[in-house]
Amino acid sequence: MTDVLAVTDHRRGDLRDVSYEIITAGRELADETGGDLHLAVISGTVDDFADKLNRDGVDAIHTVSHGEEFNHDVYTQAITQLYDDLAPQYVLTPNSVNGLDYAPAVANQLDLPVVTDTIDLETDGETLVATREMYGGKVETTNELEGEAVVTIRSAEWPQAEGTGDASIEAFDADIDEDAIGSTVSGFEEVGGGDVDISEAELLVSIGRGIEEEENLDLIRDLADALGATLSSSRPIVDNGWLPKNRQVGQSGKVVTPDVYIAIGISGAVQHVAGMKGSDTIVAINTDPNAPIMDIADYAIVDDLFDVVPELIDEFEG
Amino acid sequence: MKILVTVKEVSTVEDEFEIEGTEIADQYLGADLNEWDDYAIEEAVQLQEDGIADEVVTVTIGPEECEQTIRQALAKGADRAVRVWDDSLEGVDLLDVNAKTEILSAVIEAEDPDLVLSGVQAGDDSFAATGVSVAENLGFQWGAVVNHLEHDLEEGVASVRRELEGGVEELTELELPAVLTIQTGINEPRYASLRGIRQAQRKELDVKALADIGVDESTIESELDLTAMYEPESESDATFWEGSADETASELGELLRDKGVAQ
Ligand SMILES: Cc1cc2nc3c(=O)[nH]c(=O)nc-3n(C[C@H](O)[C@H](O)[C@H](O)COP(=O)(O)OP(=O)(O)OC[C@H]3O[C@@H](n4cnc5c(N)ncnc54)[C@H](O)[C@@H]3O)c2cc1C
Repeated sequence: MTDVLAVTDHRRGDLRDVSYEIITAGRELADETGGDLHLAVISGTVDDFADKLNRDGVDAIHTVSHGEEFNHDVYTQAITQLYDDLAPQYVLTPNSVNGLDYAPAVANQLDLPVVTDTIDLETDGETLVATREMYGGKVETTNELEGEAVVTIRSAEWPQAEGTGDASIEAFDADIDEDAIGSTVSGFEEVGGGDVDISEAELLVSIGRGIEEEENLDLIRDLADALGATLSSSRPIVDNGWLPKNRQVGQSGKVVTPDVYIAIGISGAVQHVAGMKGSDTIVAINTDPNAPIMDIADYAIVDDLFDVVPELIDEFEG
Repeated sequence: MKILVTVKEVSTVEDEFEIEGTEIADQYLGADLNEWDDYAIEEAVQLQEDGIADEVVTVTIGPEECEQTIRQALAKGADRAVRVWDDSLEGVDLLDVNAKTEILSAVIEAEDPDLVLSGVQAGDDSFAATGVSVAENLGFQWGAVVNHLEHDLEEGVASVRRELEGGVEELTELELPAVLTIQTGINEPRYASLRGIRQAQRKELDVKALADIGVDESTIESELDLTAMYEPESESDATFWEGSADETASELGELLRDKGVAQ
């Protein structure tokens, strides 16, 4: 048991970036265990996906043709059967919304430990050392486990594999028990359209939970007016119904790439950063000098937003 | 219909803190109801108010101190609570997903609910795996990262929306019994009313040890060992503007003018 089985992610006909990242993560682990890297491609246009995934470092690609889109019951059955067949040491999956919808089930069914949202992995062939964050990114931890495991990887932590590989591509004849499928995906819907497209803005004034009360949003609106900026926010502001969904920046919101992104009272959780790290210049205003946002900020003001923002408004209105 | 909600008291950390071994030193820690569970409680209570649920029961793994958090859930409308704790859990750095699965499954089996609502993740250890693991363990259906649930659960089917990445939602139908992991924003969690808080004091809060729920100590031994905790090396190469608010604001003003993005 030294091989690694990595499961790829796709949606509506396209492979997701993490599918190429998981090749890199899987290859690194397989090098350390001295085993092979197997990829699983389940549902959708699997042959087309397999061609695209045949990059450097992949030893074998197993396609499971069953349905167009993700269904966690199909994934769980296919992966557990692949596991029985290949007997890998580690099953890697993306820590995507879909990954989280099947990885724990696969682990439980196979009676393996599951470690999620890892940002670094190392193994000596027996003990796996997984690095992950706790407390919203305030600390990092290392976690050790022996033997086989199911591991989910955070997106954008490993580079995407490149080059052309010479993997064997084989259809895996998974025996999918239709009666055991208790969930049906009936469609998809895009949300968050509306009046403004924050992904077009050059200057974003973005507000987070640091604003505390809905009334205080007026202050940020004044700032956006004074600067001629577009207003966006982190998730809690939208969850509270203080701003519409189309203003949410992040993994489940919009990806933005303005010239300048001013993050006000935003901690910089990974799911937020996923949406704004491509901004040209990032400015953080935050009372906490150690907030994760500081790691990606170009400029920072460690101060109370209620002191700084009025001064900034004055600067442009005064 | 009976709904069970998993409720966790999470640790919160102050801006400045120190680490002792594999823990954050006590004096820098606070406690709070897990943000995602708050939405799960609200969803259950709304189902009860809509006449769909007859009973809402919470289940918590945690020591006596977390009863204040459980009372919050009761004050918001849950009917009664189960808390599982055991000496053998004392001093465990990190309860892994399998251990939580064993414990929660035992309680769920005894309670036999039609629907289990759980938060997408816990704000402290962020595993985001327990709900789905429990579902599989019990042979229930499941849905992870649910941000909408139709409140007419017709003929044993729940229509849910799962919030995927990039502003896309998946529409899914699930047969009951099922476990849904609830995403923030699905509803607007209420504040407990004074009356609710008073009533919560009188609601039943059952405390159970592992033996009471038929779980053997050996089955919950964590397979995952927390071996180190440290503050991530700061990768910050940000320019920190120092000074009073008007000084830092004018630095920022200058930057914005330089970049030509504000007048
Ligand atoms: C599946 C999933 C998807 C998610 N998708 C997204 C997403 O798309 N977008 C998103 O943003 N989040 C998303 N999240 C949530 C994310 O994990 C965080 O909870 C969220 O980003 C935190 O928002 P915040 O930074 O505004 O709040 P917090 O983390 O609470 O941070 C508030 C910050 O304000 C600072 N502050 C407080 N008071 C002041 C003051 N007076 N002056 C200055 N600073 C102050 C604090 O120091 C702190 O850093 C998702 C989570 C999950 C599990």
